[in-house]
Amino acid sequence: MTGIPSISLLAAAAAPKIDLHTVDYLILLVYILVVVGIGFVLKKHVKSASDFLTSGRSIPVWVTGLAFLSANLGAQEVIGMAASGAKYGIMTSHFYWVGAIPAMIFLAVFMMPFYYGSRARSVPEYLKLRFDEKTRGLNAISFALMTVASSGASLHALAALLHLLLKWDYNFSLIVSSVVVLAYVLKGGLSSAIYTEVLQFFLIVLGFAPLVIIGLNDLGGWSGMMSAMKPEYAHSWKYMGTATANPMGVEWFGMVFGLGFVLSFGYWCTDFLVVQRAMAAKTMGDARRTPIIGAIPKMLFPIIVIVPGMIALALAAKAGSNYGIPVGVTGETDYNLVIPSLIAHYLPTGMLGLALTALMASFMSGMAGNVTAFNTVWTYDIYQSYIGKGKSDAHYMWMAKFATVAGIVISIAFAYVAKNVDNIMDFLQLVFGFVNAPVFATFLLGMFWKRATGHGAFYGLLVGTVAAMIFHGMSSPKILEVGETIYWIKGAWINSHFQFTSSMAQNFWLAIVAWSVCFVVTIVISLFTTRTKTDAELKGLVYSLTDKLKEEGEPLWMRPAVVGSVVLLIAVALNIIFW
Amino acid sequence: MNFDLRLPIGILFSLFGLILTVFGWFTRNDTEMYVKSLGKNVNIEWGIVLLVFGVFMLFLAKRGKKA
Repeated sequence: MTGIPSISLLAAAAAPKIDLHTVDYLILLVYILVVVGIGFVLKKHVKSASDFLTSGRSIPVWVTGLAFLSANLGAQEVIGMAASGAKYGIMTSHFYWVGAIPAMIFLAVFMMPFYYGSRARSVPEYLKLRFDEKTRGLNAISFALMTVASSGASLHALAALLHLLLKWDYNFSLIVSSVVVLAYVLKGGLSSAIYTEVLQFFLIVLGFAPLVIIGLNDLGGWSGMMSAMKPEYAHSWKYMGTATANPMGVEWFGMVFGLGFVLSFGYWCTDFLVVQRAMAAKTMGDARRTPIIGAIPKMLFPIIVIVPGMIALALAAKAGSNYGIPVGVTGETDYNLVIPSLIAHYLPTGMLGLALTALMASFMSGMAGNVTAFNTVWTYDIYQSYIGKGKSDAHYMWMAKFATVAGIVISIAFAYVAKNVDNIMDFLQLVFGFVNAPVFATFLLGMFWKRATGHGAFYGLLVGTVAAMIFHGMSSPKILEVGETIYWIKGAWINSHFQFTSSMAQNFWLAIVAWSVCFVVTIVISLFTTRTKTDAELKGLVYSLTDKLKEEGEPLWMRPAVVGSVVLLIAVALNIIFW
Repeated sequence: MNFDLRLPIGILFSLFGLILTVFGWFTRNDTEMYVKSLGKNVNIEWGIVLLVFGVFMLFLAKRGKKA
């Protein structure tokens, strides 16, 4: 869920050529001035560390709802989902209708009351209140490392893309985009990041919609596009009976349990980067409605980010279209350049500037989201807990701003590492995958089983991570011939006992194994260790010990459980329509 | 927080709409600016869409202030 598209500086032998004109630069300049201006306007509202790091819980619900969706609308979503659309067709919608909507509704209805009601300022702090200090420390430190690495990877991808498409100097792109993000985050803190994420949401919709409209028109509409694709690319479930029958190489159980449950609930329900948006809402009701408001456009977002990939797939197959998906120097198709190549193919000067500004905004917004999550976890969960206890609010405000600058500087360092060290980002993504895979088991048991203990949670997480590592060492992302070996980052560095038809299937099953091991180990260790928290201390943190929220007085359309159920039904209907 | 995000959204997209519409008008006969598959210049049309959206957001922001 945190993957960043890999864009090499030498990526494409046939990279799309894009020439920007004055009007395109003017659009980009106007956007930068407005987002930096928002930061400066918000500066006067930031009077305390709480204002800077948590927005003082004062953001309107329509803003937190769209920011909840937009926090995930970084490079992976825009570049990566279009790439997947071209690679897997309509099956890519599983990342939305299976891999996002159910988890967002679960968070809204069942988990948000504990995050918001406990007055925890971050997800790691919830773990401290529910379990103990060591569980919080493990989660906080791994999360802080992940956010700056993701931010650096996003920065590298942006600079590499601009160098490839526009021939901009790599260092110039890196520094300018970092300075813009720093300018508005340092002034307005989390509020700045949230407000610019919403701005970026509208920009992506209005910047990429022409691409979809013009592309579909060129192919003779939706039916024209679908008829140009092979059948297995035009159905989301029909070919999922076996892994070899569909382009993803994943069978239905791995998809539903691996992506739809373990990975998606692990990301949407426990990743502080997205949960932080809901925690900034004004009231408990607004905090619960935030993920649901985000889920509604999320369901429809495949139109903006996946359909362009499908257009590219159909267009490349259409005789006389004069379009081909870019090919890299190794001769392999480079799907990450699908969106830039479509922009170059269809959009004239003016609309080109709008689409490229939307693309840059998605990268910068992804970076800002990571930096604001990092500065909160660093200040509250690491610095205040272990280094500088009992200091004044002004001191923590200073530390939060210092962490913002440090987060950007570390991101730049990570970007240069990604540029100069082969496979380093693949390695980091692998390690983060090991750490993330079991985490939802800990939260699920913590919130819904009062007997779960701190020792159980901590060692469950550790053993789950080790299980993920071992499973990776015993599995391969392809069916190997006798004596065939693969590069160790791809797996099978112990043996190749489990052989999958794709790396996606391998990742889904790795997550299933890690989650299951963590779940069982946490239960067993909890049963053999003494509870350190009384029922009174766990009130507001565990489902069975917390007063149920009363929704009877609210109109139907304001009740999270009711609206969430309707959204889920629509998601089910979409799965059936595109079966 | 006394800050209405609809105002900067309205300003941004009104500006984008104006830029695209004016640019589209001055280049309306320039075939280089055509979307090849449509055989025409659509900067004006999309500029108007952005302008309408921007003005609508400004209207919402103004109405919100009155309330």
